[in-house]
Amino acid sequence: MFENEMNLNFLSLSENESFARIAVAAFVAQLDPTLEEINEVKTAVSEAVTNSIIHGYPHTNGFIYLNCKIKGDRMELAISDQGCGILDIKEAKQPLFTTRPDLERSGMGFTIMESFVDEIQVESAEGNGTTVRLIKRFKTAKRAIHSGV
Amino acid sequence: MNLQVRTTREGRFLLAALDGELDHHSAEYVRGTLDWEVDQQRGTLLILDLGGLAFMDSSGLGVILGRYRKIKSQGGEMAIANVPRGVDKVVQIAGLHKVMHVYRTSQEALREMKGGLS
Repeated sequence: MFENEMNLNFLSLSENESFARIAVAAFVAQLDPTLEEINEVKTAVSEAVTNSIIHGYPHTNGFIYLNCKIKGDRMELAISDQGCGILDIKEAKQPLFTTRPDLERSGMGFTIMESFVDEIQVESAEGNGTTVRLIKRFKTAKRAIHSGV
Repeated sequence: MNLQVRTTREGRFLLAALDGELDHHSAEYVRGTLDWEVDQQRGTLLILDLGGLAFMDSSGLGVILGRYRKIKSQGGEMAIANVPRGVDKVVQIAGLHKVMHVYRTSQEALREMKGGLS
């Protein structure tokens, strides 16, 4: 089985949202994804990183840790922060739920992540940060792996 | 900034075209630019053309819904037009079409909204 892995650490600055999604998109490009699949990955990464910036580190800048593994036709992505944590994960995942209506947050971040990947797991503890794990299978990956791309 | 806003006025109508990537980083700039334009005339009829967007996430939804609420509270109206394929799934998941009109083109939006005024 083809395997690959990369790690990125970056500060929780909004400038790094596009950096993170473009880096992950470039990394998974070796699986020969469709444009739609790439767009889904970029959107899910952007949601998770934005959550860490806004909710994880609301008053300070901290580091966001991104680990991306390719295992055959699967991408396993973990996006972590060491920030505030989520008080109630079940509530946070509800569509339209937001703790920051003052920032015009739509409350659709987790709903979009759930729609754009195959599996999502959220681990969080108050004061001890949050890790969002995203798993996605690429329909085109087998072709890329077999052709040695 | 990886996003540009181009605005054109025609009476109460404000056509705003977005080019680039609409995320949390660029959202503040879009919000500020559109609010300044909207505040120039009460009852603005905004057509937001998304045709140039290469990327949009839920931060973009927040900006769109926020402008919709603001404009409606001032007696105006808002629609979005020209939604690119890569952005459409986010628009569909959020159900924006249940909140506001979604037109295929800005021209169609202008024609329909003008028709609604007469």
